[in-house]
Amino acid sequence: MVILSSLKNCFQLFYVLKISAAGFKYTANRGLILQSVSSDVYQNLAMEDWIHDNMNLENRQVLFLWRNSPTVVIGRHQNPWQECNLKIMRKKNIKLSRRRSGGGTVYHDLGNINFTFFTSKKKYERMENLKLVVRALKGLQPQLDVCATDRYDLLLDGNFKISGTAAKLGRTVAYHHCTLLCSADKINLSSVLKSPYKVIKSNATPSMPALVKNLFEEDPTLTCEMVMDAVAAEYARCHQIDHHITLINPADETVFPGINNKTKELQTWEWIYGKTPKFSISTCFNMVYEQSLLEVKVDIHVKHGRIEVCNIVLPEQWLPPAMCNELEKNLIGSKFCPSETTALASTLLRICPQNYELHSKWSLLCENVMTLM
Amino acid sequence: MSIFDKSAFKFSHQHRLFRTSAISNGQIVQFKLSDIGEGITEVTVKEWYVKEGDSVSQFDSICEVQSDKASVTITSRYDGIIRKLHYNLDEIAYVGKPLVDIETDALKDVASEEDVVETPAVSHEEHTHQEIKGHKTLATPAVRRLAMENNIKLSEVVGTGKDNRILKEDILNYLAKQTGAILPPSPKPEIIPPLPKSETAPAAPKDKGTKIPIPISKPIVFAGKDKTEAVTGFHKAMVKTMTAALKIPHFGYCDEIDLTQLVQLREELKPLAQVRGVKLSFMPFFIKAASLGLLHYPILNASVDENCQNITYKASHNIGVAMDTEQGLIVPNVKNVQVCSVFEIASELNRLLTLGSAGQLGTNDLTGGTFTLSNIGTIGGTYAKPVILPPEVAIGALGKIQVLPRFNGNGKVFKAQIMNVSWSADHRIIDGATMARFSNLWKSYLENPASMLLDLK
Repeated sequence: MVILSSLKNCFQLFYVLKISAAGFKYTANRGLILQSVSSDVYQNLAMEDWIHDNMNLENRQVLFLWRNSPTVVIGRHQNPWQECNLKIMRKKNIKLSRRRSGGGTVYHDLGNINFTFFTSKKKYERMENLKLVVRALKGLQPQLDVCATDRYDLLLDGNFKISGTAAKLGRTVAYHHCTLLCSADKINLSSVLKSPYKVIKSNATPSMPALVKNLFEEDPTLTCEMVMDAVAAEYARCHQIDHHITLINPADETVFPGINNKTKELQTWEWIYGKTPKFSISTCFNMVYEQSLLEVKVDIHVKHGRIEVCNIVLPEQWLPPAMCNELEKNLIGSKFCPSETTALASTLLRICPQNYELHSKWSLLCENVMTLM
Repeated sequence: MSIFDKSAFKFSHQHRLFRTSAISNGQIVQFKLSDIGEGITEVTVKEWYVKEGDSVSQFDSICEVQSDKASVTITSRYDGIIRKLHYNLDEIAYVGKPLVDIETDALKDVASEEDVVETPAVSHEEHTHQEIKGHKTLATPAVRRLAMENNIKLSEVVGTGKDNRILKEDILNYLAKQTGAILPPSPKPEIIPPLPKSETAPAAPKDKGTKIPIPISKPIVFAGKDKTEAVTGFHKAMVKTMTAALKIPHFGYCDEIDLTQLVQLREELKPLAQVRGVKLSFMPFFIKAASLGLLHYPILNASVDENCQNITYKASHNIGVAMDTEQGLIVPNVKNVQVCSVFEIASELNRLLTLGSAGQLGTNDLTGGTFTLSNIGTIGGTYAKPVILPPEVAIGALGKIQVLPRFNGNGKVFKAQIMNVSWSADHRIIDGATMARFSNLWKSYLENPASMLLDLK
């Protein structure tokens, strides 16, 4: 019932926002605090998109609070292979998403809070937003040693990063969002944010690894709920609006027309992997086949997430050159993706000469090449 | 009216000149990178959304630049054609310096940066009414002027630009619909005058007297474009496989199976399997029955070499199950069905299905198949014409289970659960009789599941 009335409220507020744009003077409503009821990263990112594209923020600012189930979020121009451990993520069912703002890679789970500050482009001011968060935290726990750096990070005890920032600027609207580690799973965080690669050549934005800490470790009373409420209260105070948090459902097409399309787009392979800037992997690895060690050299260039160039150098005559060429040729144009490669390689085996030795060599080679993806 | 005709003509005339001439007609405007805020003076160009020669409209996205964790979408200030990109990817661009050169139509106005939301022509209330409908009516001053000149309410025009922006084309389409000036005149509908009523005339049938309105034909405008893309990756591999498959002379054999008893049996066994953590479908029964059949007709579990000179009878029954996944139709197989129980097959199927939907099937699961069953019936259909997957020599497609009336042994009609099966086999080495006998055996196991017990290994 609470949620229903909140939605209805929001719906009315939505109209109020539009009417105000026409020039009618409505008191209050210089700001709005929204909180998502969803923990689906794609829905929440779509919500940010929707607010960015549809709300009139000329004379009004919006704060959006959201949390996600375990996911890694990479920046707009980053390379997921370079930034995180995709194998571990697949095994642990941790999602991968790409946001539209710049910056580095972060790990989200329900112990992490995301704040998005929406303003008109003219009023875009990241430091002010971070100072607001710091004030809210100090309000809860005055002894807390929290400060903002000139890289727009928030540090705890001068050493540990508890928040990272990113921003997106459009034609008239801008948003600045940041994370806040309250009680996130640090073990998961460090295992997934470490890439197994050392040999990727690319111009993608690199992340700066940092030591992290949870607020909860400093003071167990600082739960996500408390912190969200404190930041909302401080935001309300600064913008002279009601301390009222409106709950919103990013899956509701009736309140947010067009949002489901945005959610779908954020989930496509073309967006998550395909938007990776051009990169190449040149590496050697060893394979064991019937007690002999074989060295394999691989050079793969990937553009838009698809293999553009593929060179595999095997010990001479280990595999008929025709077969190796066939693999290289078919990989070109294919997605740089283990399931696509497995399906491709298995299917090609159907039309190769039926020979147990050839098949096992082929499978071994394909599996090893796949580990690069 | 006359004003409209002139401006419409002028517009289309300009467009024709614009599109057909190779030499530039308009002026080249240097679009400079505008201020991004926070005192930023330089950014890195990360992605271009346009290339030289593309036409852009005002507010279309041109490129994405990044500065210190902020990603900025730069949109065009002008309508026109991109003539030059001043930076390559990953180069540093400077605020205030030219970003792209755009050739604009000399007659079109260079619009101001801001969207003009107010317009003097429409009354304040009406404008508010437009807002209340739920979207801003976005349009440049040039578009608004055109609308005003032709007494068009922007709220009635459907915008096709970004954010439902109303473009010049939308105004013109709207006008065309109203007056038919641009479209060829539609044929006038024939009006059939009603028959004069007279007392002597017999009661006319309803058809004759009524006017049947003939729809006014308008040329159908469809704005979609063809899209061509390369066939790559898994699909490319499938093209090769299917091409090889069709070199095999296929023959088909179909039959109908009465699964009434099997349906009942499965109902009884489902909860038992559930307790062991396994979902029991019909497939494990189909697969096991097939394997039992293959023991008697091993030629169906064989493989021939390229020139059909040698035939290899495979010892293992690795029965493939067609699965619909994100990649497309892939066929993982259950290994060594000949030594597996129905429950073990069900368990293995569960594993393959879970991995399949997560896109995590390995090469081992996807290779080594010797015989395939495709349960297309879960999606729909009765009979099919499946294509053999090389290097196999036979395949079966299972239709959906339907409840149909059939006669039983006593000549009475009863409700039967009927499923159709369609087999395809390699006619070079398999003859109709073999396929038919195999199918009959398979059918008998499924129609009378108790008989499976006698032959289970």
